[in-house]
Amino acid sequence: MSEETLRTTEADEGRLAVTADRDLGGPDGTGGGAVDTADGPARIQGRSPWQLAWERLRRDRVAMISLAFIVLIVLFALLAPLMAALTGHGVNQQFNDVGLTPEGLPKAPNGTFWFGTDDLGRDIFVRCAYGARISILVGVVATGFTIAVGVVVGLIAGYYGKVADTILSRVIDVVLSFPFLLFAISLVSIVGASLSVTIFVIAMFSWASVARIVRGQVLSIREREYIEAARSLGASSTRIMFVDVLPNVLAPIIVYATLLIPSVIVTEATLSFLGLGVPAPTATWGNMISEAQAGGLYQLAPWFLAFPSLLLLVLTLAFNLLGDSVRDAFDPRGDRMLQK
Amino acid sequence: MLRFLVRRVLLGILVLFLTVTLVFALFYVYPSDVARSLAGRQATPETIALIKARLGLDQPIYVQYGRYLVNLLHGNLGYDYYHNVPVTEIIGSALPKTVSIALGASVIWLLLGVLNGVLSAVRPRSIADRTLTVFSLFFYSLPTFVLGLTLLYFFYFKLTIAGITFFPPGGYVNFADDPFTWFRSLILPWLTLALVQAALYTRLTRGSLLDVLGEDYIRTARSKGLGERRVVYRHGLRSALTPIVTQFGIDLGVLVGGVVVTESVFGIDGMGFEAVRAINDQNSPVIIGVVIVAAGAVVVANIVVDMLYAVLDPRVRLN
Repeated sequence: MSEETLRTTEADEGRLAVTADRDLGGPDGTGGGAVDTADGPARIQGRSPWQLAWERLRRDRVAMISLAFIVLIVLFALLAPLMAALTGHGVNQQFNDVGLTPEGLPKAPNGTFWFGTDDLGRDIFVRCAYGARISILVGVVATGFTIAVGVVVGLIAGYYGKVADTILSRVIDVVLSFPFLLFAISLVSIVGASLSVTIFVIAMFSWASVARIVRGQVLSIREREYIEAARSLGASSTRIMFVDVLPNVLAPIIVYATLLIPSVIVTEATLSFLGLGVPAPTATWGNMISEAQAGGLYQLAPWFLAFPSLLLLVLTLAFNLLGDSVRDAFDPRGDRMLQK
Repeated sequence: MLRFLVRRVLLGILVLFLTVTLVFALFYVYPSDVARSLAGRQATPETIALIKARLGLDQPIYVQYGRYLVNLLHGNLGYDYYHNVPVTEIIGSALPKTVSIALGASVIWLLLGVLNGVLSAVRPRSIADRTLTVFSLFFYSLPTFVLGLTLLYFFYFKLTIAGITFFPPGGYVNFADDPFTWFRSLILPWLTLALVQAALYTRLTRGSLLDVLGEDYIRTARSKGLGERRVVYRHGLRSALTPIVTQFGIDLGVLVGGVVVTESVFGIDGMGFEAVRAINDQNSPVIIGVVIVAAGAVVVANIVVDMLYAVLDPRVRLN
C-alpha cells in the first residue's frame, strides 16, 4: 500500500472516530471496521478505528519516547520499597550524623545519597521514589473519578435533554466559573488535608469540563438512526446510553483523560506545596518542594529543589506530549503541539 | 445586547450567591473550635460560651446566614476573629497587590502568547515555529511554583552572589511610593504567572490564526493587493482572537489560583496569601471575604470578556 493512500484513508477514519460517527460496539458484537467496505479500500477491512489509532500512535516517535519516560517513572514509583532497601535508607528515616554536614545543612548528592539529603537528613532519592507513588496514584485515581462523574452527567444531560439538560448545564457553568483553587483550599482547610480529600477535591472541580464535552457529543449521536433502532427494539434508556452512545464518545474522552492526568498531577503538587495536600511527613514532590522553599533552603541546597521539580516536569511533559500524540492518532488533521 | 447583558448578570449573581452559600455552609456547618482557640488553653466552658455569643456563633445557622447576607449587601464582610479588624480593610490592603500581579501578568501573557502565536502561524513549520513550539510545551508543563522558585534561584540568588542586586527576593512596594521598585519587585512574579499561560496562548493563537488564514476572505484581501502585514493583523488576527478571548475568560479562575501560588512563592501578602494564612488560623470571615471578592472579580471579568467579542469580531451579535 502506498504511503499516500494509507494517509488519506487514515485521516478519514480518524475523523470518523473523533466525531463519533459510528457504532463501535454494535449489538451484533462486531467492531466498526468490518462495516467499512463501502467507503474504504478492502485492504483495511477488519481494522477498527481503535486499531488504526493504536498503530498510528506506535509509529509516533515522540509518543513512544514519552511513554517510555512515563513507564520509567511508574517503575520508579512501584519499586520505591526496593529503592529504600537498595540504599538502606527508609523514606522518613533521618540521618542526623551522615546525612547532614557538621553545620546541620543538607548534603549534596554523593555515593551514599544519590540525590543528596534534605533539611532533616533524609534521602531525597528514596523520598522522590515514594513521592512518585503519590503523584501517579492521585493522577490516575482523580482522573478516573473526574471522567466517571463527567461522563455520567454529560450522558444524562445530552441524552435526556430538556429540563435535565438545562439544569445540568447551568450546574456545569457554575462549577466552571468557580475559582477552583480558593474553593479547594477552603474545603481542605475544613475537613483536613489527606490523600482521599485531595483526590475528592480535584475530581469535584474537574468533572464539569468532561461533562460539557460529552454532552456536546451525545447531542449529535442521540439523533442517529441506530439509536432510534435500539429504542424501537425496546432497549432501556440506560442501556442505550451506556451500550450504544458511550462507546462512540470514548475517543474524545480518552484524549481528554490523557491531557487531564498531567494537570491533575500538577494540582496535587500545588496543593501539597501550599500545605493543603497530603500532609507531611509523607513524601510527595509538592511537599518536598515546599520544604526546600522553607527559609530559602534551596538556595544553599539546590538539589533539594531540583530533583522533585525535575521529576514533576518530566512526568507532566511526557503526559502532555503523549496526550497530544493520542489526539493526533484519533484525529490526524488536528493541530498538534509538535509536528512530525 | 441588553438582553444578553441582563442574562449574563443574572447568571453572575446566581454564581456569586451559590458561592457565598457554599462557602458559608462549609465554614459554619462544620464544627469549629475557633472560640476555644481564642479563649486560650485554660478557658472555662463559660468563657468559651461567652466568646461564641460575642461572635454570634451561638445562633442557629440560618440566623447567622441571614445576618451575613444582609451585611454583605451593605458592603460589610464581617470582622477578623483575632484582631477585630473589618475584613473589608484586610482585603482593601491586599487587593492592590493582587491586582498589580494579575494585571501585569495578564498583559505579559497575552502579548507574549499572541505575538508568538502569530510568529508561528505566519510561517508554519519554520525553525521559529518549531522552537516556539518546544518552548511552549516546556513552559506549559512547568508548574507555577517550580517556575517561580527556579526564577528566584537564578535571578535573585545567583545574581546577588554574582554582585548584581537587581531583583529583590520578594515583597511588595506600593506603586505610589516608588514606581520603579514596584516594577522591579513585580517582574519575577509577573513572569512566573505569565510564562506558563503564555505557552498555552501561543498554541491557541497559532491554531486559530492558521484556520482563519485559510479562509476565503483572506484570499480576497490578498488579491485586493493589501499588504501581508495588514492581511495578517487586520483581517486575520482580529477574528482569530475570538477563541483566545474565550479561553481568557475561562482562565480567569486559573489566574486567581496562580496568584495564590505566586504570592506564596514571593512572599507578597495579597489576597491569596491572606487566604492561605486565614485558612491556617480558621479565620472564616477572612476566607469567605476573599473567596467572595475573588469570585466576584471572575464573574465581572467574564461578563466583560463576553462583551469584548462584539468589539473584536464584527460578525458576533450578542443576543
